[in-house]
Amino acid sequence: MKNVYADNNATTKVAPEVVEVMLPYFTEYYGNPSSMHTFGGQVAKKIDYARQQVADLVGADPSEIIFTSCGTESDNAAIWGILRANPRKKHIVTTRVEHPAIHNLCNYLAQNGYHVTELGVDSQGMLNLNELADVIREDTAVVSIMHANNETGVIFPIEEIGNIVKQKGSILHTDAVQAVGKIPINLSKSTIDLLTLSGHKLHAPKGVGALYIRKGITFSPFIIGGHQEHNRRGGTENAPSIIGLGKACDLAKKYMAEEISQVKRLRDKLETEVLKRAPDARVNGHKEYRLPNTTNLSFEFVEGEAILLLLNEKGVCASSGSACTSGSLEPSHVLRAMGVPFTAVHGSVRLSLCRYNTMEEVDYIIEHLPPIIRRLREISPYGREPAAKEAPRISARA
Amino acid sequence: MWDYSEKVKDHFFNPRNVGEVENADAVGEVGSLACGDALKLTLKLDTSGRIAEAKFKTFGCGSAIASASALTEMIKGKSLDEASRITDNDIASYLGGLPEQKMHCSVMGREALEAAVANYRGTKIEKPVDEGTIVCKCFGVTDNKIAHEVREHKLTTIEQVTNYCKAGGGCQSCHPQIQAIIDEVWQKEKEKAMIETARKPLKKLTNIQKIKLTQETIERVIRPTLQSDGGDIELVDVDGDRVMVSFRGSCAACPSSKVTLKSTVEAKLRELVTDSLIVEEIAS
Repeated sequence: MKNVYADNNATTKVAPEVVEVMLPYFTEYYGNPSSMHTFGGQVAKKIDYARQQVADLVGADPSEIIFTSCGTESDNAAIWGILRANPRKKHIVTTRVEHPAIHNLCNYLAQNGYHVTELGVDSQGMLNLNELADVIREDTAVVSIMHANNETGVIFPIEEIGNIVKQKGSILHTDAVQAVGKIPINLSKSTIDLLTLSGHKLHAPKGVGALYIRKGITFSPFIIGGHQEHNRRGGTENAPSIIGLGKACDLAKKYMAEEISQVKRLRDKLETEVLKRAPDARVNGHKEYRLPNTTNLSFEFVEGEAILLLLNEKGVCASSGSACTSGSLEPSHVLRAMGVPFTAVHGSVRLSLCRYNTMEEVDYIIEHLPPIIRRLREISPYGREPAAKEAPRISARA
Repeated sequence: MWDYSEKVKDHFFNPRNVGEVENADAVGEVGSLACGDALKLTLKLDTSGRIAEAKFKTFGCGSAIASASALTEMIKGKSLDEASRITDNDIASYLGGLPEQKMHCSVMGREALEAAVANYRGTKIEKPVDEGTIVCKCFGVTDNKIAHEVREHKLTTIEQVTNYCKAGGGCQSCHPQIQAIIDEVWQKEKEKAMIETARKPLKKLTNIQKIKLTQETIERVIRPTLQSDGGDIELVDVDGDRVMVSFRGSCAACPSSKVTLKSTVEAKLRELVTDSLIVEEIAS
């Protein structure tokens, strides 16, 4: 069966070059980077090199990068690190569309003595920056706003946000897991204080992430243990994965131009052609301020899980914001925050590409997705019939 | 990953009886676009009153489509009475089982069938399953419906309730109310069971039986009720038909404890033990 992987916002293929640099650190160079002997020390050197590679991709100084186990750990470390270093400040500002790593952490904090202000978004998924200025208080410890949204790909104007946060004297953390490697980021000329990135979203393996902490930010470690990462994250380094992440960042820098031109071209064709062939469909999220690789489409009168099952049958991997795919029965909190009608949320599909996708694969999706929508609409009591006969409406029975 | 049986997949990828029966004798519709799933069932009966044709249209996930397809196959050739006896569990078993969190799909099948039968007979659905107060605003589920599913499927947790009727699966703000419904249903069932066991020896109770039953009733039925209001009660002694108790907690200082004594304690004991009992409060 053909396998077309169009779920790159969920995870990505590990680049072959990344696997290659990692392998010797499992087999030959297995020393502990903290050891005194050269055998371990050479691994420490390679980790420092990886730190430099990560720093180079985002325009940071290597000393500002600490390695973690994943994006969620980086997010937790950032928020707890700031809260513990500023125990008198009890207020946090965030948004309604954050990834669960921030969203659920803030819910937890709200139930445990902190005040959390969540900013809403408009129908395009964009923030109202005037509102941001109004809600930051003197006791606002941290403002945590994602750089790019994982579901819709909508990009927030993070530098403008940072300027407001600076003027108000607070600290800005951004979850940039979806942005790093897909759009240029230069932290040397930035108002961002802390930034989360994750390995497996940019062709490094799962189980490794990084947190950027601007020099001068008072930070209290989240994982307390040994002196690793300059006392900012205890625990023996995941050397092979860290080295892999370094290489992946190196590659991301190299392919950045391609990512924002070639991948965007694929995405745009996919989106335009699918919408042309499937009526009663829409794009969720701002069309311009959006990651080049992501499209989030809603098809009326059909349900997302059924679409995914049929796509899966054709070998196409995608995601949905539908309630039935979320593990709970709650449909996507991102689409609902944007005021996308329930009916469209249920029929939403996210397709996310990467530099490994080809035009042939995009054509394959264009060929197979619209017939799937037609087929499900024929089964649906709300589906429009081809003869444009008005379909019978079913009234909601409470 | 999808945890669907081969039969579910078969009925999803190759749904049977999709469409609408022309000039249908019975039509059953449940769900809505906003709920995320909906089912329209249309039936045609033959001259002997058996289901000759059954078709469906479904808006919903894979297992919702498979459940509806399975239902149409199951009811063909059956009389309406026979078809009415099909339960949601029957639909799930026909499909080789459904994942727990998808049980509401088979519930939707049964409800559409109920609605179709009622539509044919020109009656309202007999059980007022859908009347009552809305508890889950996200999915429009009423207290009666939740209580019905709790009893029907012996559900004990909020998560199970969500699996069977979606209530509580949205914003979750109704979780305390759902828990209260679960508690209430099982409290009532417990009392019912007590009555049944109590009713068995219709002959005169021996003294030992009377004391034991009185003790049990106070322990398992009366105390939990009072405790939920911050009060408590203790059985001090039983002498013939005289039951002597002492109030504790908030009941002890409550001005209406005399009313509680007669209306709750004595009434329950008379109901569950023997109706000649007289309950007296004694100072502790």
